[in-house]
Amino acid sequence: MKQKDMQLFRLYPLGDSAITVQFGDTIDKAIHAKVRAFSTYLDRHPFAGFVEQVPAYNTVTVYYDPWQASEKGFYNPYTHVTEQLQYILKVARENDKAAAPRVVEIPVCYNGSFGPDLEYVARHTKLTPQEVIASHIRCKYRVYMIGFAPGFPYLGGMAKKLTTPRKQNPRPHIPAGSVGIAGGQTGIYPIETPGGWQLIGRTPLLLFDPNREQPSLLQAGDEVKFVAISEDEFWQRKERAHGA
Amino acid sequence: MGLETLKPGMLTTLQDKGRYGHQREGIITSGAMDTFACRVANMLAGNADDEAVLEITLVGPTIRFTEDQLIALTGADLSPELNGERVAMWRPLLVKKESILSFGAPVSGCRAYLAVSGGFAIPKLMGSYATYLQAGIGGYKGRALQARDLIPCNSPTPAGIALFPQMAGADYAAASWTPDPQFYPNYTSNPTLRVIKGPEYELFSGNSQEQIWTERFQVSAQSDRMGYRLQGVSLYLSEEAELISTAVTFGTVQVPPDGNPIVLMADHQTTGGYPRILQVVRVDLPILAQVVPGQTITFEEVSLEEAQQLYIRREQNLTQLARAIQLKHNL
Repeated sequence: MKQKDMQLFRLYPLGDSAITVQFGDTIDKAIHAKVRAFSTYLDRHPFAGFVEQVPAYNTVTVYYDPWQASEKGFYNPYTHVTEQLQYILKVARENDKAAAPRVVEIPVCYNGSFGPDLEYVARHTKLTPQEVIASHIRCKYRVYMIGFAPGFPYLGGMAKKLTTPRKQNPRPHIPAGSVGIAGGQTGIYPIETPGGWQLIGRTPLLLFDPNREQPSLLQAGDEVKFVAISEDEFWQRKERAHGA
Repeated sequence: MGLETLKPGMLTTLQDKGRYGHQREGIITSGAMDTFACRVANMLAGNADDEAVLEITLVGPTIRFTEDQLIALTGADLSPELNGERVAMWRPLLVKKESILSFGAPVSGCRAYLAVSGGFAIPKLMGSYATYLQAGIGGYKGRALQARDLIPCNSPTPAGIALFPQMAGADYAAASWTPDPQFYPNYTSNPTLRVIKGPEYELFSGNSQEQIWTERFQVSAQSDRMGYRLQGVSLYLSEEAELISTAVTFGTVQVPPDGNPIVLMADHQTTGGYPRILQVVRVDLPILAQVVPGQTITFEEVSLEEAQQLYIRREQNLTQLARAIQLKHNL
């Protein structure tokens, strides 16, 4: 399926130690499925000299060590790595089970102090707070990329009607786990930072834990579902998340 | 055993070759700005090249050694002194218990590296010792050193111990040998850096494409471990372009809408959306790491193939250097 499409790509060097594979030039699920397929295959079949990869909206950037990848000077490293990436482009399949998105449920308490801007978002969108929550929960979100801060997901798929501009004056401290809206995007703050997003709720989950084997809870390609929880449940789950 | 900071210096952090494998999770690589000096410091101290070292920025700390130690200082010359006496760099140094290491005026370069034989006894986090300043994790308590910190050290390596008898001196003893500097990057103030064209080079106006090669850019005071902000001519795209965020890397020269280029350094974010006009070749990043704000840089184009050949030669030289140092240690 769609094997031909996998070959619509562009390869370009990002300096002397990385190559970016670009699929198309728009942000959408179909293109990200190619990113995901390529990235998943590369995870399972790394080549000699491979260092790491960064999947993004429409690209996968592959970092390599030219010294190792050239077998200590035997090959031209760029040519050698390019050939291996072209092979992956040929064999990676979008309908590969391993490349299917993982669904991650994120419990969110939208109550009172956890969502200080919920009222504002409701006024701006001409909805009731309950309707804002219902709409936020109904959507399925795609994690296109993790960046900006450790574990910070760039999510696509929010209902257009929830679009609300950022705050005029950013808050100096936004608690970790805060769920917010900025323009047409929704996101979750993994660590306490300053920020200008409209905060509508908070999750008790740790989006970033440096001591976990996989420090970021979410990975590019995941599908996210928000689930509303009560304040009691928030504290119970928070204790569980931080207790162990 | 360990060392105590009497004064912390301007920005003294524990670093190593960097934290790799987690950029896809938004976790930056951190690590030494000048990885060449960092690795050679370790080799001279008888370590593998991936131990933690202290990165010392412009104004150095004052450090007391709680035990006899074998150390090495590389990178910038920030006038290091042991017990008030100027001490040589780029060679093993045996320091006696209770010795005081201090620094004076910066002579050349921006960042010095201090390695101790056996390495610092701090836990690895996500596979690296590097301090991740923005997240407050890694290194020593996730932060720059402060006064009265006590940083524990491991016991010296056998290679380090082998050097002790060679250096029976008073307060300290410096090895008489030092690596041949022909192996070093061409450290110089106001350097010309070798670059390859960045992915968006062609999107810049004809004028900007010309000026990037001819103009001199000043490294502004708003430069740090995340990036160097450059001042000189402003650079513009030939027409506005909306770019989709993608990965960026150490040495990427990106241009935000204000037209002033930024070179991304060791603490750069993992992704970005500004057009990337140039990419500094990897072998010249140590030279850039030693540029002090206020100094200027220019760019010179090399091919990708040349950049990679330079890198391979650098690694060959470092392998040879490691071997030569091992021979000295085993004398």
